[in-house]
Amino acid sequence: MSPSDGSSPTYHTIVALVRDQPGVLSRVSGVIRRRNFNIASLSVGHSEQEGLSRMTFVVYGDDEVAEQVTKQLRKLVDVVKVSDITRENIVARELALIKVRATPQTRSEIIQLVDIFRANIVDVAPESLIIEVTGDEDKIESLIRLLRSFGIREVMRSGRLAMMRGMPAEAEGGARERGESA
Amino acid sequence: MKKSGAQLVCEALLREGVEVVFGIPGGAILPLYQTLPQYPHLRHILTRHEEGAAMAADGYARVTGKVGVCWATSGPGATDLITGIANAMMDSVPVVAITGQVSRKAIGTDAFQETDIIGICLPITKHSYQVWRAADLPRVVKEAFVIASTGRPGPVLIDIPKDVFTEQAEAEFPETVEIPGHRPVLEGHPAQLRRAVRLIQEARRPLILAGHGVLISRAWDELRAFAEKTGIPVITTLLGISAFPADHVLYVGMPGMHGAAYASLAIDEADLLIALGMRFDDRVTGNLEAFARGAKVIHVDIDPAEIGKNRKADVPIVGDVRHVLRQLLPIVPHSSYPQWLARIEQLKREHPLRVPDSKGLLPQEIIEHLSDITGGRAIITTGVGQHQMWAAQFYKFVEPNLFLTSGGLGAMGYEVPSAIGAQIGRPDKMVWSIAGDGGFQMTMCELATVVENRLPIKFAIINNRSLGMVRQWQQVFYQRSYVASCYECNPDFVKLAEAYGIRALRVTDRKQVRTAIEEACEHPGPVLVDFLVEQEENVYPFIPPGMSVKELIEDPRLRSPQAERML
Repeated sequence: MSPSDGSSPTYHTIVALVRDQPGVLSRVSGVIRRRNFNIASLSVGHSEQEGLSRMTFVVYGDDEVAEQVTKQLRKLVDVVKVSDITRENIVARELALIKVRATPQTRSEIIQLVDIFRANIVDVAPESLIIEVTGDEDKIESLIRLLRSFGIREVMRSGRLAMMRGMPAEAEGGARERGESA
Repeated sequence: MKKSGAQLVCEALLREGVEVVFGIPGGAILPLYQTLPQYPHLRHILTRHEEGAAMAADGYARVTGKVGVCWATSGPGATDLITGIANAMMDSVPVVAITGQVSRKAIGTDAFQETDIIGICLPITKHSYQVWRAADLPRVVKEAFVIASTGRPGPVLIDIPKDVFTEQAEAEFPETVEIPGHRPVLEGHPAQLRRAVRLIQEARRPLILAGHGVLISRAWDELRAFAEKTGIPVITTLLGISAFPADHVLYVGMPGMHGAAYASLAIDEADLLIALGMRFDDRVTGNLEAFARGAKVIHVDIDPAEIGKNRKADVPIVGDVRHVLRQLLPIVPHSSYPQWLARIEQLKREHPLRVPDSKGLLPQEIIEHLSDITGGRAIITTGVGQHQMWAAQFYKFVEPNLFLTSGGLGAMGYEVPSAIGAQIGRPDKMVWSIAGDGGFQMTMCELATVVENRLPIKFAIINNRSLGMVRQWQQVFYQRSYVASCYECNPDFVKLAEAYGIRALRVTDRKQVRTAIEEACEHPGPVLVDFLVEQEENVYPFIPPGMSVKELIEDPRLRSPQAERML
């Protein structure tokens, strides 16, 4: 049940499939707030199935905390499936929009950086640029760090999105995780 | 044919087998009330406070095993339900609460008597609905009943705007509903069951810890058969009381903060705990680090989130207790543990739970007499505090599912309305509401409901003119600084009862106890007995919060010579 008692705290990536019902986000966030779980990011969007949305949570804590998060979320009637995919083979991405100060003198330097990071410039204004970057959190952090010297005006980050690689039919794990608990 | 939303609600409730609804009318729910005369099979009990309605629905649900239904109007009506809803959540009781809401157009405008009751109740409901189309009502009611009553039961809220009650709609009543996020697992996993059997075979000092789940799944026969076949002694938690007969040779008692010392000590010595529908609440375990350190744990619960939440389980079994016991029964060994039972008997002798000597009238002896006179077969409801613990300690329940108490929430005032629900649900049983003078005053307005519905409930007020448990804690933890715990002004409960037309007696001397209880039992209608007891009496034993059985404080008046040596 608790395969790693005493595990050290880490960031857990948890994905949930939820019904598109009014209030579902407050139900989910309410469970997390009430149980005092430390949430690092939460992203929501429509899934491939009509009427269902998919959420990605990043929760900081040891394995027992992550297990309680998934179990408490699974209790919600609007939550159809939950799984902790931290230890699975996953693709995890975040999107960030970064508005950075850019003068004629610094613009080309910034564009070079953007190229190195395979990011895109999505808006050009006389005194600023908006950069769109996708990648894992480390990549986004490093770009932000490098851009800081130019003067960052605004950062908007999506929070982590994650998906398992390949075609594991049971990836979302309702059945598998129940089996573990049963 | 088109029907109004209010008619659809009533029809849907009748299709769910609902016979009785507890509630109070008000503006937003009036359309529903005005259709009630069309549905004479839907009995409405008018309570005097919405909290009473919610707690009566809870009591009704506990004794009948059916879903309890209460309703109230919007705003203050809805918020008055909250303590009852939270109580049902904490104790896993199937309740459907319906609230009226302001009209759809007014929602969100801070209209008169508007509250976001869905938002308020999010953490204390298993699920909730706000219905925006009358045509959805039959499906929503069906889903609410399924969710409230299956899996781990709990309260479900349905909030209905006033103009949805009056909207005319064509609607079908579904026979079944598909709720993808709600698929409770009933049967235990076979591999885990085999592992459980192996642990049972290896154990020398096993114990069964039976919780509310045993009563909720109505598994008392299976529990008894399991205990008798395996020979394993049984401990019941506060909410598990009456899951196993108190006069059975394998019955140990209730452990924990105010449980019997021998029950807590037995857990401390056990090498295997078979936890059935219980959740290792802090009132049971005290300091988790020190709790049952030498014991392996088989944990059976229908709610996977309970397994491993507080205490790690060596064998986790997700499933309904009744189903799992039925699966286990044929594969567990016939056994007996004479040495272990002898050890528990010894603990019982050394750490007895009995009425101490006293000059004044003691609550414990009142409950002993009550237990004796009713033969352990009355339904007992309690409030919260000292009288609750004495009821748990001294009433010997010999039939199943007789004890109604607010365990998880600890809500004072539960004793009166839950008795109303219980008496309506089980008109064949004698119902005794054991109350404290503090909690009784929180819901005593419901005496009117008792009289109006001719309910022959007996009320025993354990009157110590104080918030007894608060006073006890102040004595122990705050150097006898009795702030706001002793009542300088209590009503004359005898006159109060008489004002409602209820027969009433006052008992001040222990010689009057038996005759008063007998008189109350014989009287065909409701009776209130005001027992004036010692104010300074404390509940023992006492394991202070967060402590372990090692720090258990026993009643100094009961120390036997053996116990003296051990201390």
